[in-house]
Amino acid sequence: MTTFLEALGMVAAPDVLLAILVSAIYGLVVGSMPGLSATMATALLVPVTFYLSPIAAVATIITASAMAIFSGDIPGALLRIPGTPASAAYVDEAYAMTRKGQPELALGIGLWFSALGGIAGTISLVVLAPTLAELAFSFSTFEYFWLAILGLMCATLVARSSPIKAIAAMLIGLLVSCIGMENPGGIPRFTFGSTDLLGGIEVVPALVGAFAVSEVMRALLLPEPPKMPHRRFGSIMAGQIRLTKQYWNQMTRGNIVGIIIGVLPGAGADMAAWVSYAMSKRFSRTPEKFGTGHPEGLVEAGASNNASLASGWVPSLLFGIPGDTITAIAIGVLYMKGLNPGPTLFTERASSMYALYIIFMLANIIMIPLGIMMIRATSHVLRAPRAAIMPIVLVCAAVGAFATGNNLFAVTVVAAFGVIGFVMEANGYPVAALVLGIVMGTMVEQSLVTSLIKSDGSLLPFFERPVSAILAVMTFAALLWPAGVWLHRRLGRRGRAQAA
Amino acid sequence: MVHLTRRGFVASAAALAGGAAQTGSAWAQGAYPSRPITLICPWGAGGGTDACARIVAQGLEKELGQPVNVVNRTGGSGVVGHAAIAAAPPDGYTLGILTVEISMMHWQGLTDLTPRSYTPLALVNEDPPGIQVKADAPYKNVKELADAIKASPPGKMKASGTGQGGIWHLALVGWLRSLGLQPNHVTWVPSNGAAPGMQDLAAGGVDIVPCSVPEARAMIEAGKARSLAIMAEKRNPQFPNVPTIGEELGTVYATGAWRGIAGPRNLPPEIVAKLGDALKKVYDGQAYRDFMNSRGFGMKWADAAGFAKFMDEGNAKMGEDMKAAGLAKAA
Repeated sequence: MTTFLEALGMVAAPDVLLAILVSAIYGLVVGSMPGLSATMATALLVPVTFYLSPIAAVATIITASAMAIFSGDIPGALLRIPGTPASAAYVDEAYAMTRKGQPELALGIGLWFSALGGIAGTISLVVLAPTLAELAFSFSTFEYFWLAILGLMCATLVARSSPIKAIAAMLIGLLVSCIGMENPGGIPRFTFGSTDLLGGIEVVPALVGAFAVSEVMRALLLPEPPKMPHRRFGSIMAGQIRLTKQYWNQMTRGNIVGIIIGVLPGAGADMAAWVSYAMSKRFSRTPEKFGTGHPEGLVEAGASNNASLASGWVPSLLFGIPGDTITAIAIGVLYMKGLNPGPTLFTERASSMYALYIIFMLANIIMIPLGIMMIRATSHVLRAPRAAIMPIVLVCAAVGAFATGNNLFAVTVVAAFGVIGFVMEANGYPVAALVLGIVMGTMVEQSLVTSLIKSDGSLLPFFERPVSAILAVMTFAALLWPAGVWLHRRLGRRGRAQAA
Repeated sequence: MVHLTRRGFVASAAALAGGAAQTGSAWAQGAYPSRPITLICPWGAGGGTDACARIVAQGLEKELGQPVNVVNRTGGSGVVGHAAIAAAPPDGYTLGILTVEISMMHWQGLTDLTPRSYTPLALVNEDPPGIQVKADAPYKNVKELADAIKASPPGKMKASGTGQGGIWHLALVGWLRSLGLQPNHVTWVPSNGAAPGMQDLAAGGVDIVPCSVPEARAMIEAGKARSLAIMAEKRNPQFPNVPTIGEELGTVYATGAWRGIAGPRNLPPEIVAKLGDALKKVYDGQAYRDFMNSRGFGMKWADAAGFAKFMDEGNAKMGEDMKAAGLAKAA
């Protein structure tokens, strides 16, 4: 108890509280800009943390990343442009709700279930950290392979177009992820002698191009859609309690999936959002409503991606192994501030640990009032003329891409994927599946090739190891499910025909 | 082989004249530095090299009395940033932080840049690889591990810790060669950095992870792994219990991942001298030492001449090991 009070005192220091507030606003603004991801928001904070006290430094990272993941939903819902890769999974759904005249509900779901998900993730961090960390150790590359395959299979579920076109789009994404030398062999592929292509195509510029630039191009061709009825935004929080009761199971499932995916090193909030949205659709009683502005999938995916953010800190704090790209940066800051990750952090420096827990809670609580203010401020976007919005989106996309590495090549990538995304959408190929392919491609290849190197080419360990076997069964079940359903119906009909 | 065409010759002559004019104007403006300096970091914000560049920049700012801005030029697996440093005008206003990759990438045919494409200023860091095994592995010391490796059939044992052809892979290759073994006697399992390698070690996927000891520190403290030795000439004062390979095996093998500050080729000697003095003061300062200790990075100093010699030697050794391992591009 004394350590807890001590921790409370550490967090209540004015510099820490100020750091939380400022980084919260910063995270909200950066996350809501198309092209600036949560990872980048965190990376840009590192030079600032040099000048802060240890607790304040870690507080800025925790707060800014949580805010950025939520606020990535805002441009997604308002303009159909996801702010971060984690929002790409359900951007169509959120935008459909806006077009139905429920933007405040769509954004309210993002906010409310992000905050609840963050709190659930924090509780898992406090209560289950050692148990969850052991889980991470039962995952070797064999298990990651199945996980990545399951992730890829979300492509057909998430998209509303024909499954064939979704798979084709995903395969294009996989092809894009082959570019460069960041592959297990370390061999440059498809680089055509270009130095810039050696590093491959990064996810964020590709995402920004495929969603934002293609949206701008479409706006050039299509007549302006009918104006949304001019009105003030209604209450953002109204109806959230009702949705929480109605979709309690979905929310809990989203939280659990998010926590598990977050704990696994290398799989972060992006993957959590995809898997949860796909699961929601698969297990829904009304899957046909998905994609038409139905809250169910948003609840589950929103709950999932913020839960994964908090649980991603488990392996980082216990073993110095990053759960995702954000915690990879955070580990550097922890070392620099003398809060070395490891079990001693939990025992010898327990008060600092408690302080981190309190900051996690605090960040997710202040997310609600600050998020409401942010949503109100950005809602004017819906009333602004399209001719004013689109050029700004284009500038944001170009500047954001350049800022990631001060490299003009990223801007070229944005432009190229804008054209690719435009052509794909015009022909009914979902760009979300393309982005999924790019996100998961490296993981699929890396886990398959390294697994085969370790097993000397034998396929047996993919089915032999206990966790691997379970994941393999899940993968094949998901693959064969549609065939099974078809067969069942057919046999059932024949059975009835014979009986008659 | 460089083909000197007439157009190429004219262009390079013009570039030389331009460079001379620029340095001339810089001197005309008064004592160097008279305006802000840019320090290019070829790796992303938030990483170890970025942090190192920023702490050096802070120190230089104090010593030189001019702002020193760190600019991350990422992409192309480090090639883009390294190329930007080499291509900058040699006026002392654009410098950069070089990493060990500059002595590796050209052997793979990824770039024409070598350590000779720069004016070395100072070596500021080197992290030697350690030899980490799982906590409950049967080897008590590195000698027993070496014997076990020699006794095992080729390809049976596995090691991980970075991508194919990365620095820790080459450390393993060099060590195996110093034991008189084939470079592929222990199979390399490529991983996306040291942390996933350490995780796989604890999960039982690989037998050895030859990453630096600080990278493995959290896992060692958690009782999941042990460090048997480091491939360095001297013990690391932060990890005094970990012996060197020389102490345990008698064979000397030392290598490491390093970082150093450099400018483009043909930096005027006055500027090199001034920056060298300033960097020495930064390196000796308390702020730099505290930073390096807190991150667990190894302190290593060499002045301009020493850094040049260090890179040349490292470059030659890398070439040998990479050719032996079949990682170098056939010339």
